Amino acid sequence: MSALTELGVAAIRDGVRDGTFSAREVAEGFVAAIESARGLNAFVVETPEHALAAADEADKARAAGALKPLSGVPLGIKDLFCTKGVQTTAGSRILEGYKPVYDATVSANLFAAGAGMLGKLNMDEFAMGSSNETSGYGPVLSPWRRNDGGNVSLTPGGSSGGSAAAVAARLAPGVTGTDTGGSIRQPAAFTGIAGVKPTYGRCSRYGIVAFASSLDQAGPMARDVRDCAILLEAMAGFDPKDSTSLQLDVPKWEANLAADVRGRRIGIPKEYRIDGVPAEIDAAWEQGIAWLRDAGAQIVEVSLPHTKYALPAYYIIAPAEASSNLARYDGVRYGLRVQPAQGGLQDMYEATRAAGFGPEVKRRIMIGTYVLSAGFYDAYFNQAQKVRALISRDFERAWESCDLLLTPTAPSAAFGLGEKSADPIAMYLNDVFAVPASLAGLPAISVPAGLDAQGLPLGLQIIGKALDEQGVLDAALALEERAGFTHRAEAWW
Amino acid sequence: MSVDPATVRHIARLARIAVSDAEVAALAPELSNILGWIEELQEVDVAGVEPMTVVIPNRLRLRDDVVTDGNRQAEILANAPLAEHGFFAVPKVIE
Repeated sequence: MSALTELGVAAIRDGVRDGTFSAREVAEGFVAAIESARGLNAFVVETPEHALAAADEADKARAAGALKPLSGVPLGIKDLFCTKGVQTTAGSRILEGYKPVYDATVSANLFAAGAGMLGKLNMDEFAMGSSNETSGYGPVLSPWRRNDGGNVSLTPGGSSGGSAAAVAARLAPGVTGTDTGGSIRQPAAFTGIAGVKPTYGRCSRYGIVAFASSLDQAGPMARDVRDCAILLEAMAGFDPKDSTSLQLDVPKWEANLAADVRGRRIGIPKEYRIDGVPAEIDAAWEQGIAWLRDAGAQIVEVSLPHTKYALPAYYIIAPAEASSNLARYDGVRYGLRVQPAQGGLQDMYEATRAAGFGPEVKRRIMIGTYVLSAGFYDAYFNQAQKVRALISRDFERAWESCDLLLTPTAPSAAFGLGEKSADPIAMYLNDVFAVPASLAGLPAISVPAGLDAQGLPLGLQIIGKALDEQGVLDAALALEERAGFTHRAEAWW
Repeated sequence: MSVDPATVRHIARLARIAVSDAEVAALAPELSNILGWIEELQEVDVAGVEPMTVVIPNRLRLRDDVVTDGNRQAEILANAPLAEHGFFAVPKVIE
């Protein structure tokens, strides 16, 4: 294992800039690591040639004094982002073999910044899942194992499971993920890394396979807060091709990063204390509170009264939007086509979608179709949209007495594959702490806080006001410095 | 909210997803379970609340009325399961 794979985004960027090592050496190191880690199933497709070509460009750029912000940094790209000429599946068999003729704006932004692509990362099918178990390409195995000497395969979380596993296993210094209802933050918590969901509209959704358009957001995942800030700066920015893209300059999040929370009011929402959540989660939360108090922040108890309605509202709104977004997978223009003999067009639609979608995707499309159907739209979808407004209002009111919120990221540590597959709702409950910030479009981050008794990572979440990624990153850095989390998964693969 | 097999078939038709009898039998309780859970939302008092349709206040932009794309037939057909004479080919639609 190359020592270079121990380095994060900032260290690689700076090392290439300073000539400490070549970009080529870095890319080769990660390519080799990926080759020996196929047992994790983190990648759907490996693209070493792309990473090596970008590395060679970076080495030339250095010689010419024309380095770009991410020259020399190879990244993993979640398979939800279109990448020109490279298979993009969204974790589904219905898009097997689909090669986009364009890059997603976020992909293009990263490549334009000089980054190379190591491959496309495995994920829950169409981003629907919290364990990477719904992928049409097999589950991702977490690099982490419990310390009980057994070898139960654990989930890295989802839907950005491949992304999280890749960073945690040192297969990439940074990756892209997407977060609709926790899909960056929860896997980051499960694998002991950092992950950011920015304010809705910060990153363009153009070229990202759509799941729920009012919720989807791209974001970075990396080993620490600074690396996330660096990647987010490169990913974000106004895009005329996305009508929900915010027309605002990208702040200098990295340059302005400061772990200074003196005088900041940190809200602790009482509704996030939930019965049945393991005591260790609560203990990690208390520890985070102590760290921030110690750092000079003022701790304030706040109330977000509609918290318990966030998950049900999400599981009406997201499936509804998904039922609309996934209507395009009909076998006509791209992807799988199943044509029953003797069948016509409608049969082709129905057979294609039955064959191409997995059970969780079908479940959600059907829930979405149901709640939008005549006679039910008002009772379900409209009601959920109103509850969403109340959830958003809860946060607005909280900001009157605090600047940031601190909560656990997930209600448990990583669980074993298959452990939560019996009941869909048990799986949905994984996102109880993540979903409210998604519904309100607020920026949020997960940072590792420590390990539980079984040696598995636990994460803490900071939620901020709309557009206050800086505040979120700064508080997260304060937590990171005090947590001193240097644990890593021991290579069992 | 309990959904019966007939409702499952109706939804599947709307969603254009073929379902076997076995799948219908499995889906009815699953969907009923999930719909029962989201029923909770009915207890929320939403009097006077407008449905939230925009996450961050953002006005919908208009763009300049100029052609910025086009003449990309080959690219558009590149991933087609079946393309003929420069068109997507589909089974004959019989009315």
